[in-house]
Amino acid sequence: MSTTPSSAKAPVSLPPTASQTVGPFFGYALPFTGGGDVAPAGHPDTITLHGTVYDGAGVPIPDALLEFWQPAPDGSRAGAPGSLRRDPVTGAVVGRDGLAFTGFGRVAVDADGHYLLRTLPPGGVPYISVCVFARGLLHHLFTRAYLPGLADAPDQAGLEAEPLLAALPPHRRATLLAVPERERVYRFDVRLQADGVHEETVFLAFE
Amino acid sequence: MTNPPGTPPQPPGVETQETISAEIAEIRGAYGKAVADGAPRRAHPDRDYPPYRSSLLRHPKHALVVPRDPEAAELTGPVFGVTDVTAIDHDLTRQHIGEPLGERILVTGRVLDRAGRPVRDQLVEIWQANASGRYAHQRDQHPAPLDPNFTGVGRCLTDDDGRYSFVTIKPGPYPWRNHDNAWRPAHIHFSLFGTAFAQRLVTQMYFPGDPLFDLDPIMQAVTDDSARRRLVADYDHDLSTPEWSLGYRWDIVLDGPAATWMEEGR
Repeated sequence: MSTTPSSAKAPVSLPPTASQTVGPFFGYALPFTGGGDVAPAGHPDTITLHGTVYDGAGVPIPDALLEFWQPAPDGSRAGAPGSLRRDPVTGAVVGRDGLAFTGFGRVAVDADGHYLLRTLPPGGVPYISVCVFARGLLHHLFTRAYLPGLADAPDQAGLEAEPLLAALPPHRRATLLAVPERERVYRFDVRLQADGVHEETVFLAFE
Repeated sequence: MTNPPGTPPQPPGVETQETISAEIAEIRGAYGKAVADGAPRRAHPDRDYPPYRSSLLRHPKHALVVPRDPEAAELTGPVFGVTDVTAIDHDLTRQHIGEPLGERILVTGRVLDRAGRPVRDQLVEIWQANASGRYAHQRDQHPAPLDPNFTGVGRCLTDDDGRYSFVTIKPGPYPWRNHDNAWRPAHIHFSLFGTAFAQRLVTQMYFPGDPLFDLDPIMQAVTDDSARRRLVADYDHDLSTPEWSLGYRWDIVLDGPAATWMEEGR
């Protein structure tokens, strides 16, 4: 019989509410117009992150929802209200005000499993946090899209020295590195399970 | 469980409720034995839960990686405010010209972190089927009526006590195609944010006494009995309003990294 660990320092610890799948019908509730337009329209520093979400058969998932969170370009992590800014007359989403940087994006994938996020480069960290929801996924998954080669951010070699990435074998690490396609455009696919050809994305837990 | 007389024959390969129920029982038994042998209780469902067939190709097989980084961006998170929610968004019975059909209900409770502190001024979003069990979604084409006076989407911000409140109608159970004669117990989908992105939660609230609980592989994916019970709201007569609505209470506790809820970490 093991001894009970001391709980003298433990704070009140309520048991958490269990996760359940987002299901197939979130589409009229959670996505909102402009959810992927985190950067103010026309901002010259805008970067595009896009990719496809795949299942373990290598088939695009048509009913996934991705959320993104990141610090502002100046490194602020305070965020700002207004991601779902509404017209008080009709209740319709009118989009971010173009001034405050909310740091939050939400995009439902298209029927072909593809998503697209337009944002500004994160300040102070070389990654954008990604949270994946899907029908069939009973508990959301966190991952990160690391962005090589941004101004003021590490290049590929520098990124690979980042503690989380450095601790991963190269074939696993590669799943967290967004691929620069052309200037300011990055591809970041998400694979919920290996399909026999492609590696499964590294997913994260925060303890 | 056999189909009632007169129902059309099922195509070959469609599995029966008995098959699914047997798998549910086997996994639950194995979990109970593991806990009795000293394994920790698990509040969340395993992402790999074969009775829910859609999970088979949609769960990672590698263990999750824990970033040991006190500066992780996920320890902060998005904020919302009065510009993101209108004053009637919490009342799903007032979104159309007429009143929706069904049993009017109030659903309220508190959003807390694991230290029991209220999560204040944070966004709560819900969506649900109508009283007939039909979603206002093009992909739900099962033969139950749509209600022109009910969409089934609501949102609100929590108050200083972490309290949220919605007026809606009680959703109906709805059929799905996980297996033959599969029906989901009535539920309301909830989406919640804490003070950290790592506290994010999407879940489902159920109604007490639903006979479909034991048959449903999504609810049963929460193999821990007490964790599963916590997904069921309490009927609270004090929340009912005479000749108007019935009241349900459901509190939510957001999980998350220790740094977001340990007193020492603040």
